[in-house]
Amino acid sequence: MPLVMHCHPGIGPAVGGTALVAADNFSARYDLDRRRGIFVRPSHKLAGHSYVDRILVLDGAKGGVATAWMLHDMKARGIVPRALIFNRVNPIIAQGAAFAGVALVDRFAGDVTLLFRTGDILRVDPAAGTVEILNRDG
Amino acid sequence: MRLTDEEHAMLAGELGASRRWAITHQIAVGEFFDAADFVAVSQAHIMADTESLGEAGVRFLETLAAAPERERRVRVPAITDPRGIDFATYRRLGQSAAMAALERRAIAALSAFGVLMTDTCINYQTVLAPLRGEHIAYGDTGSVIYANSVLGARSNFEGGPSALAAALTGRTPRYGYHLGEHRRATCRFLVATAPRDLSEWGALGGIVGEACGSYWQVPVIEGLTTVPNSDALKHFGAALASFGSVALFRMPGITAEEAVFAGAPPEPVPIGAPDIAGFLARYAAPGDKLDVVVFAAPQLSLLEIAAVAGALDGRRVHHGTAVIVATSPEIKHAADRMGLTARIAAAGGVVAAGICFYQSYAREMAEANGWTRLMTNSAKLVNILGGYGYSSSLASLERCIDSAVAGRVL
Repeated sequence: MPLVMHCHPGIGPAVGGTALVAADNFSARYDLDRRRGIFVRPSHKLAGHSYVDRILVLDGAKGGVATAWMLHDMKARGIVPRALIFNRVNPIIAQGAAFAGVALVDRFAGDVTLLFRTGDILRVDPAAGTVEILNRDG
Repeated sequence: MRLTDEEHAMLAGELGASRRWAITHQIAVGEFFDAADFVAVSQAHIMADTESLGEAGVRFLETLAAAPERERRVRVPAITDPRGIDFATYRRLGQSAAMAALERRAIAALSAFGVLMTDTCINYQTVLAPLRGEHIAYGDTGSVIYANSVLGARSNFEGGPSALAAALTGRTPRYGYHLGEHRRATCRFLVATAPRDLSEWGALGGIVGEACGSYWQVPVIEGLTTVPNSDALKHFGAALASFGSVALFRMPGITAEEAVFAGAPPEPVPIGAPDIAGFLARYAAPGDKLDVVVFAAPQLSLLEIAAVAGALDGRRVHHGTAVIVATSPEIKHAADRMGLTARIAAAGGVVAAGICFYQSYAREMAEANGWTRLMTNSAKLVNILGGYGYSSSLASLERCIDSAVAGRVL
């Protein structure tokens, strides 16, 4: 049986993919090169990593409102994360996910940056409020 | 969410496809944050720079704007945050004709909704400041935190799509800072020094923001012995929102509402002059060749532009350094009329209207102009530009100008 983590009901479609995890925060404007699809902010723990088609697992949101538009444009150009898993987001991340149709969940019982590991194969179901870790047994 | 008959009608498409999209989007966000219902808003402030919108975002706006006029007009006054392009200066800044063309399309679409193209993030200083208790849908973190904190208005961070949705429906989901329960203070800071200029007010905001690190924290800042002016709290709040994603702070005796904790107040975190000096020192690069000095983020008030003009009078910016001042179109008109723009231009600086630098293809500007080392008195700007390939230094306005004249960081 896969390990199932429960969270607040989220936004967007159910999706599966591979986790990319860091105890750091997120803003599409502050942290990403949205032309190349990688984290570029030198101080970010994922600097140099591609975010394309990964399930990003991060602590929370940074300042700025641009992510609300940017996720939509990133999705249209095919360089968007497959899903977003946070401890707790601000309204901008939620608005951006709703506008773009990107899966988003937050508010778990534990720290998501410890619950999930980079490379974990995940199934995110925002409507059910669950994330399954398919490569680990519950 | 509990919906009124009118909201049900919008959801059913009886008021057109644009309003159906808007309320559908708002319900998705509202349910995510457990909103019980909607609250009417008096105005919306829409962030819609084309760097963020991209081609897909502009096409989305054009599709909504193609609806019949009665279905697409905004229901409450709606204004815009800075754009990506100032058509008078974009070539000089190294921006492209393609960027300008996309900007024209975005402006045409937004205008079709009846949005007023104010192109400003200092709307609380220059357009119409909200009052205490007024529910609004503001779309810039700096304007939200100022309106919530200094003025006592009620807004969440409303990104571009959500602020547009609020303009089309005349309401927003009632969650977050629309609710009194979220406006209670959560942490305390005791300041044992007086910030001496706007860069130090920004540094103080950055220090508190990094300590908070969450939209849901409401810090109380105590110990200030003098009342700061609007520009000081503008830089403080903008940095607090940028470094911490914070949307509401309290300064007892200065900001609009009382600081009330849910329980016993926590012990305050002390902040002294060495903390502010240390924050500024993180960005120090003495002797480095200086490519560009930027005064922006937030856009400058008329008094700030006068200070830039005064610091440049009788001097000449180094030939290897650019000086850019960003303000709102209305303040630019005032600066033109009062001769401030001409004084800055005579020294070699550029005053741009309706942009705020970081929302204006900052990466592409750096590549086009060969810029790496930037200097500014805005803590918010140095924080944002870390991800845009710049090495940024934070210093007082006067030191920024002295460095621009010398062509190197002083």
